[in-house]
Amino acid sequence: MATRQPVPRADWTRNRGGRRHLTGKQRKILSKLPITIIGVLILVTFLAPLGYMFTTGLKSTEQMSDPGVPFYWPFSRRTFLYEGQELELYKVPAADGVQELAAVKKTRVKTTFIDPNDVTAGLIEWEGNWRTLKPVYYADPQWENFRRVWDELNLPLRFRNTFIIAGFGTLGAVLSSVLVAYGFSRFDFRGKGVLFMILIATIILPVQATLIPTYVLYSRIGWTNTFLPLIIPHFFANAYNVFLLRQYFLQIPREMDEAATIDGANPFRVLVSVILPQSIPAMTAVCLFHFFFAWNDFFLPLVYLVSKPDLWPLSVALQRFNADYGRLPNLIQTGALITLVVPVVVFFVAQRIFMQGIVFTGVEK
Amino acid sequence: MATLAKAQTSAVSKPRQKKRGMSAFERYQTKWGLIFISPWIVGFFAFTLIPILATLVFSFSDYNPVQPDAVKLIGLQNYVNMAKDANVGVSLLVTVRYAGLAIPISLAFGLFLAALVNSERLAGKNFFRTLFYMPYMIPVVAGAVVWAGVMNTQTGWLNRGIEALGVKGPDWLNSTTWIYPALVLIGLWGLGNLMLTLLAGMQGVPNELYEAAKIDWANAWQQFRRITLPMISPVIFYNLTLMVIGAFKYFDLAYVLKNGTGQPGNSTLFYALNLYKNAFTYNLMGYASALAWLLFIIVLILTIIMFSTSGRWVFYAGEGRK
Repeated sequence: MATRQPVPRADWTRNRGGRRHLTGKQRKILSKLPITIIGVLILVTFLAPLGYMFTTGLKSTEQMSDPGVPFYWPFSRRTFLYEGQELELYKVPAADGVQELAAVKKTRVKTTFIDPNDVTAGLIEWEGNWRTLKPVYYADPQWENFRRVWDELNLPLRFRNTFIIAGFGTLGAVLSSVLVAYGFSRFDFRGKGVLFMILIATIILPVQATLIPTYVLYSRIGWTNTFLPLIIPHFFANAYNVFLLRQYFLQIPREMDEAATIDGANPFRVLVSVILPQSIPAMTAVCLFHFFFAWNDFFLPLVYLVSKPDLWPLSVALQRFNADYGRLPNLIQTGALITLVVPVVVFFVAQRIFMQGIVFTGVEK
Repeated sequence: MATLAKAQTSAVSKPRQKKRGMSAFERYQTKWGLIFISPWIVGFFAFTLIPILATLVFSFSDYNPVQPDAVKLIGLQNYVNMAKDANVGVSLLVTVRYAGLAIPISLAFGLFLAALVNSERLAGKNFFRTLFYMPYMIPVVAGAVVWAGVMNTQTGWLNRGIEALGVKGPDWLNSTTWIYPALVLIGLWGLGNLMLTLLAGMQGVPNELYEAAKIDWANAWQQFRRITLPMISPVIFYNLTLMVIGAFKYFDLAYVLKNGTGQPGNSTLFYALNLYKNAFTYNLMGYASALAWLLFIIVLILTIIMFSTSGRWVFYAGEGRK
C-alpha cells in the first residue's frame, strides 16, 4: 500500500479513508458472524446424511454389526498373527499407561496376552474380565466395497442404460421444445392463447391419469420392456421446457429475425441462425432439466422395465439392490453414492445456468 | 414490420387467396405457428387427451392384461367396488394426513431457508444456496436409501443424535405414528426448488418498501410478515399448488422405503401406490383406471379450488398480471 503509485483523483478520495474503511470491513465481518454460524450449523445438519452415506459405504460388514466400534468412520479391529492364529488387540491398563496387547486366551477372570511388539517377552497375564477392555481399532476404509457393488449391481450396464434413456430423451426434449416454444413466441394465430393455457395446464396432470391405456397400447405394439416408452414421448415437447424457452425467446428482439426474414430466410432458418445462437443458456438449462429428470426417474422405468432386469437404469437397480441386500447396509450406501455422484457433479459444474433456469420458470409463473 | 410489409405486397399481388378476412400475413403466421407447435399438438392428442379418455373407457371395463381378449364392459361396477374397497379410503386418508403435515412444515422451512440465504448478514450466500439446493439433485431412490440408513435404529445417525440429547429416538420407519414425520424429514431434502423460487421472489421485492417500513420502526419480523410474505404470495401459491397435487402423485419414496408394501400397517399406502398395486400387482387395470379417474377429478377440483380462492390471499403487485 505504501509504495502505491499516484492515483487518479476519484480513487484518491476513496482511498483517503483507507484505515477507517478497514475497520468498517472488520465490523462488517463481525456483524455477519452470528447468522453465518447458524447457517453453517443448519447446513451441516442438513447434509449430515451424506456423511453417513460416505462413511457407511466404506465400512466393513463386520463393523455394521459391531455396536462397540465408533460410528463416525470406517474402522477395523487390529489383529495380530501369532502362532497361526489371528488375535484381537485390546487396550490393557498397565503400570506405565495403556498397552495394546493381543489376547491369546480369554476367560472371565483372567486373560492371557502377548505383546505384538515384543513377542519374546512371552505371555502376559492380566486379572480381570476381558470384556471390560476396549478393542484396538484403526481407520480402514473398505475401498473394495466399490468393486463389490460395481459387480453386484452390474454398473457398466446400469450406466449404459441410464445414459441411453437420459441422452435420447434429452435430445427429444430439446428439439421438440425449441420448435414449440418458437411457434408460441414468434407467430400469432387464432387460438394460440387457449392452446398455451392447455399446455401449461398439463403440468398438473398426474401421470397416472394416462398411464394404463398408454401401457396397454405400448404392450400391444411391443414397446414394454424396451426403452421406447421412456424416450419417444419426450419428442413431443413438455410444458416446463416450452415455458422456459418461450420466455427466453420473447426477450430476443424481433427486429433481428425480421431483418433475417427480409434477407429471404424462412422461419426455420431464422430459428436456427438467429434465435438458437442467442438461446444457448436456456437450451443448456432444458438439457440439464431433462437429464436430471431422466436420471432420477423411477416410476416409469419401474412400470415399463420391471420384468427386464437387463434394461434397468440405476434408479430401479438400486431399489432392487436395497430390497434384496438388507443384510449388507454398507454396500447399499456405496450403491447410493455411485447413483448420486453423476447428477451431483453435473449440478456443481453447471449450477449457475441450472439455478437461473429454475428461477426463470418458477417465478415467472 | 418488415414481414408485414412483405406479406402485404404478396397479398396484393394474389388477392384470390384472401378468404374469410384472413390476410396473407395472418395465413403465413398461422401456417408457420401451427407447423412449429405441431409436435406438441400431436403429443397432446397421443399422450394426453386420448389416453385420458381411454382411461375413462377402461374404467367401465374389467380389463386384465393377462387375459386381454376376455375384456368386457361392466358399467359402473368398478366405481361401486371402489366405494366398498377399504383401501381406497385408507389411501386417501394416508395422502391427506401426509399432506397436512408435510405442506405446512415444508413451506415454513422453505421460507426460513430462503430468508436465511437472502440475509444481508450471511457470508458466502452463493455457497449456502448451492449446498442447500444440492440434495434436490440427488435421485429419489438414492436419497430414500440414504435416509433409511440414517433412520435405522441400530446403525443410523439420527437416533444417535437424539440419544445424545438424552431422549430415546423412535423407530422412524416401522411405527405408524413416526413414519409421517420421517417422510416429512426426508422430504426436506427436496426443498431446493422451493427455496430458490421463494428467494427469487424475495429478491424481486422493491427495496423502497423495506426502507419505508424502517422509517416506521418496523422490526424484522414485521417487515417479513407485512412486506415479504404478501409480495411473494404468488410464488408461495404456485409452490403450494404443486405440493398439494404432488401429495396425490406421491409414490417413489413410499415405494422405495417399504418396497411397495404400504407397511407399517398400510400407513404408507399412498393413493398413487394403491393405484399402482391394483394395476400392476393385481392386474386389475379396469379398476385401476377407475382409481386414476378419481385421482384426475380430485386433482382437477383441488386446482380449481386453489385458483378460485387465490384472489383472497394472493397479492399480485399492480402489474395487472393475471
